[in-house]
Amino acid sequence: MNKMKIFVNGQEVWIEKDSTVLNAVKQQGIDLPTLCHHPDQRVKANCRVCVVEVEGVKNLVASCSTKVAEGMRITTNSPRVRETVRTILELIFADHPHECLTCIRNGNCELRQLASKYGVRDIEGEKANNIFPQDKSTPSLVRNPNKCIKCGRCAEVCHHTQNVGILYSHNRGTEVCIAPEYGKQLAEVACVLCGQCALVCPVGAIHEKDDTDLVWEALANPHKHVVVQTAPAVRVSIAEEFGLPPGEISTGKLVTALRKLGFDQVFDTDFTADLTIMEEGHELLQRMQTGKNLPLLTSCSPGWINYIEQYYPGLLPLVSTCKSPQQMFGALAKTYYAQSSGIEPKNIFVVSVMPCTAKKYEAARPEMNSSGFRDVDAVLTSRELGRMLRQEGMDFQKLTESEFDAPLGISSGAAAIFGATGGVMEAALRTVYEVVTGESLCKLEFSEVRGMEGIKEASVELDGKEIKVAVAHGLDKAKKVMELIQSGKADYSFVEIMCCPGGCIGGGGQPYGTTNEVRAKRIEALYQVDENMPVRKSHENPAVQDLYRDFLKEPLGELSHQLLHTEYRNRGLSIN
Amino acid sequence: MGKTPLDLVFNIEPNVFVSLEEYLRTGGYAALAKSLSQGAELSLREIINSDLRGRGGAAFPAGKKIEMVRGNAETTRYIICNADEGEPGTFKDRFIMTHIPFQLLEGITIAAYLSGASQGYIYVRHEYPEAQGILIKAINQAEEEGLLGENIFGSGFSFHLELFSGAGSYLCGEETALLSSIEGKKGRPRLKPPYPTQSGLWNKPTLINNVETLANIPKIIEKGASWYRSLGTEDSSGTKLISLSGDIKKRGLIEVPFGISFAEIINDFGGGPKEGRKIKAVNIGGASGVLVPPELLDTPLEYKACAQAGITIGSGAIFVLDDTRSILDNVQNRLKFFLHESCGKCTPCREGLRQADIILDKLIAGQAGVKDVDTLTRYTGAIQEASFCGLGQAAGNTLRSSLTYYREEYLACCQENRKSAGGEDLALMEETA
Ligand SMILES: Cc1cc2nc3c(=O)[nH]c(=O)nc-3n(C[C@H](O)[C@H](O)[C@H](O)COP(=O)(O)O)c2cc1C
Ligand code: SF4
Ligand code: SF4
Ligand code: SF4
Ligand code: SF4
Ligand code: FES
Repeated sequence: MNKMKIFVNGQEVWIEKDSTVLNAVKQQGIDLPTLCHHPDQRVKANCRVCVVEVEGVKNLVASCSTKVAEGMRITTNSPRVRETVRTILELIFADHPHECLTCIRNGNCELRQLASKYGVRDIEGEKANNIFPQDKSTPSLVRNPNKCIKCGRCAEVCHHTQNVGILYSHNRGTEVCIAPEYGKQLAEVACVLCGQCALVCPVGAIHEKDDTDLVWEALANPHKHVVVQTAPAVRVSIAEEFGLPPGEISTGKLVTALRKLGFDQVFDTDFTADLTIMEEGHELLQRMQTGKNLPLLTSCSPGWINYIEQYYPGLLPLVSTCKSPQQMFGALAKTYYAQSSGIEPKNIFVVSVMPCTAKKYEAARPEMNSSGFRDVDAVLTSRELGRMLRQEGMDFQKLTESEFDAPLGISSGAAAIFGATGGVMEAALRTVYEVVTGESLCKLEFSEVRGMEGIKEASVELDGKEIKVAVAHGLDKAKKVMELIQSGKADYSFVEIMCCPGGCIGGGGQPYGTTNEVRAKRIEALYQVDENMPVRKSHENPAVQDLYRDFLKEPLGELSHQLLHTEYRNRGLSIN
Repeated sequence: MGKTPLDLVFNIEPNVFVSLEEYLRTGGYAALAKSLSQGAELSLREIINSDLRGRGGAAFPAGKKIEMVRGNAETTRYIICNADEGEPGTFKDRFIMTHIPFQLLEGITIAAYLSGASQGYIYVRHEYPEAQGILIKAINQAEEEGLLGENIFGSGFSFHLELFSGAGSYLCGEETALLSSIEGKKGRPRLKPPYPTQSGLWNKPTLINNVETLANIPKIIEKGASWYRSLGTEDSSGTKLISLSGDIKKRGLIEVPFGISFAEIINDFGGGPKEGRKIKAVNIGGASGVLVPPELLDTPLEYKACAQAGITIGSGAIFVLDDTRSILDNVQNRLKFFLHESCGKCTPCREGLRQADIILDKLIAGQAGVKDVDTLTRYTGAIQEASFCGLGQAAGNTLRSSLTYYREEYLACCQENRKSAGGEDLALMEETA
């Protein structure tokens, strides 16, 4: 039998043998407080707020790190437990800035929520640590060491999931801090700005750089024509900012909300995702013909680009020269759209809503200005958009649905799945297959490249020729694939890499509470979006077809090169 | 020191170094030979029957621990002798290493044989260069004589032993931190389970024992479990080394059979308090031990009786404070020690000790109020009950005992009732080590 009998607050219950006390108690509908615990991470057991009483054990035990045992008697609600938990919270607060009012996490800070739940009223302890300066060295992230509670969640994700290892624990005793290499700022180390650290931080110690004021200003400026694009991943996550369950498809409401905020045009990054497939698909065909620079590596994930530029510069020739859909959009908004609408590019302000913190850095790259102006003027993460909508007093649930504006808002189902790991690969295969064979696919789904498996491989027959492809998400997995390629052990033709686990839907700018379980639900929703679309192949997107006919002429043509492609450089071990 | 010379386990002679020659002449290594010839099963039975318990602090049954390693399916196993002896006021392991090193080496070798380990380490405190030198020489000598190395006594049993110099922190004495330290990582404690017996050094089953524990083994094998049990009491067998210091007439290392009372140890061996002085408190178990008031000193040195009285025998250090001492100074001293040694991983220890230290400073400076004593008591609870490892928990224990037995002295320091605090003389507690 796989279950054992235990007692939770006197009640007999049967629990899976290998489960932790924390999970066992949770199954009884009792939510124990946690800070260092994260469902996708290894046990750290350092915050100690999850302690409970176990009969026969002298001290309290940490529920997150203790496995259940036959007959175990657990008490979660005794005065002793309550008092200890409250005291630990008080101790954390003693050395914590009392700045909740002005804190970016006000409203969704895990520590503050616990303080409220446990009724921390008096904080007798004293501020003892020095005040450390904030790190605002990058366009993507802000670190405030004063708010760090040393839970280690950021370091774990940075080392384990991303295998970049920027943040780690330094010093001993009261001097312990979780930070980059001693005294350095994020911009001075090889951080890729993926923001996964910010996503898992329970408090306001690492967070996205807030650009909402920049956008408010542009919206209020009568001389600016402000257009917005939204990434595929945002439509299946933004509802979570308003307390709705993960996996809700809210494309229509999102469009309405953006219109209500005052954007002059509400466009879709999905349009340029389709365009990316056209360009990148042809790039793949070209490379396969010449046999040079294979496998082709995707380039739409800016965290990944930061990574390969710093860690595998030798492999840069393999990377697709396509800009990411966000940047292609910006370039077209200030050329194609400017021409057709008769608005001067200098008056167009492009905002993007992205699931990603690295997108802020990407938009700020000096080379991203092919129209003569910055392609993208401001990048908001999903969380920032959530804040703007709340500030505007919008009741998201009650919004009606509306449609993106044409033409830069027209897209296919293939573009929607860009937001999920394997989606770019699948979208590309749909198009490349039909371009190469001239036949239409009878089954559009490439299920081998779907799902949360870290590295996925598939082989596809293209005109009688078998090609191997691979998909990896999370930089730890990307690194494994790069090592294979570098050592000549990989015979792939095309490789999709996404910096963040699950792809963009799991990006560092997504709503808090992003766990692998939540990621899977968002992915499911994106495939649903795809299925619901009338057009599901990028090359069949009529707006993209118009764009080529009227403006770009052909994939990889001269104008494409000027506007839609870029180059990379070895950045060494810093982001500057 | 010591009254009538008894036939005990260590039979301390302060100024005598027992060389290998001398050790062999007086029956040394007979126990190893006996073990190898009678086989591991029988010898292990003897250790289990002796009821020997760990002398490093936790008092875990030594035979059972060996059995756990022995029973592991993984056959690459290690043994580690914990000679980190970081507990202030404790100097018993140093004595063993510098005076009777071969008794220790023989004990380690037997334990290795019983647990099936073929590689071992002695993790010696960085601050013990003398002991390190003696041990290195002793290991070389034992190797030359075939008492260590390949095919010991032609039995087919091979065992290699190396000395590892500690990382210089108190916490590295904690067994899992010690493992990390040998592995070249930061000396921070790991989660248990898995216990070292299941997954220790380089994830292999590992037997970790204190120096004193291991040095008991040859005598138990040689003279038998019943002899060993006859030395102590029903509950606690054998003898204990006691590092005796503080405000008494005679300080030093003694060996006593279990069952003797703390009062006897202090009066009969230590000669009692200095002339005209009274005992105010006794710190039992080193910095991480508790403060015991004179009323409790009739408690026998016995695991069960001590546990009932809230006394931690720990490493067996006894430090006497007479009526000239301030309890708060003593507590502050030890608190600062813990604060310095804390690894900072967990909240109660890192933040709790820091705040406790602030409160204590305020109390001693006469700037605290009664409410601060209550706050300190509350913080102490969290430190004691919720810390990740034994360091924080012990720091909590020690604070707790002072607040239980000497609350009056805390209150006397408070602004509300300031008179003279403690004794007439607030002299800082002398360095305990
Ligand atoms: C903070 C801390 C420090 C310790 N230091 C020592 C030490 O210096 N020597 C030692 O033998 N055990 C020390 N221990 C106990 C060890 O973790 C372990 O229990 C012991 O080595 C096991 O040996 P034993 O079973 O023979 O007692 C320490 C424990 C803690 C929590
Ligand atoms: S991190 Fe949380 S507790 Fe700290 S100031 Fe911000 S909201 Fe308050
Ligand atoms: S942004 Fe990514 S790489 Fe940089 S510190 Fe955070 S997790 Fe590590
Ligand atoms: S920065 Fe955030 S996630 Fe990292 S240790 Fe500090 S509180 Fe935890
Ligand atoms: S109790 Fe916590 S902070 Fe203190 S030494 Fe142990 S693990 Fe480190
Ligand atoms: S959640 Fe269990 S110790 Fe942090």
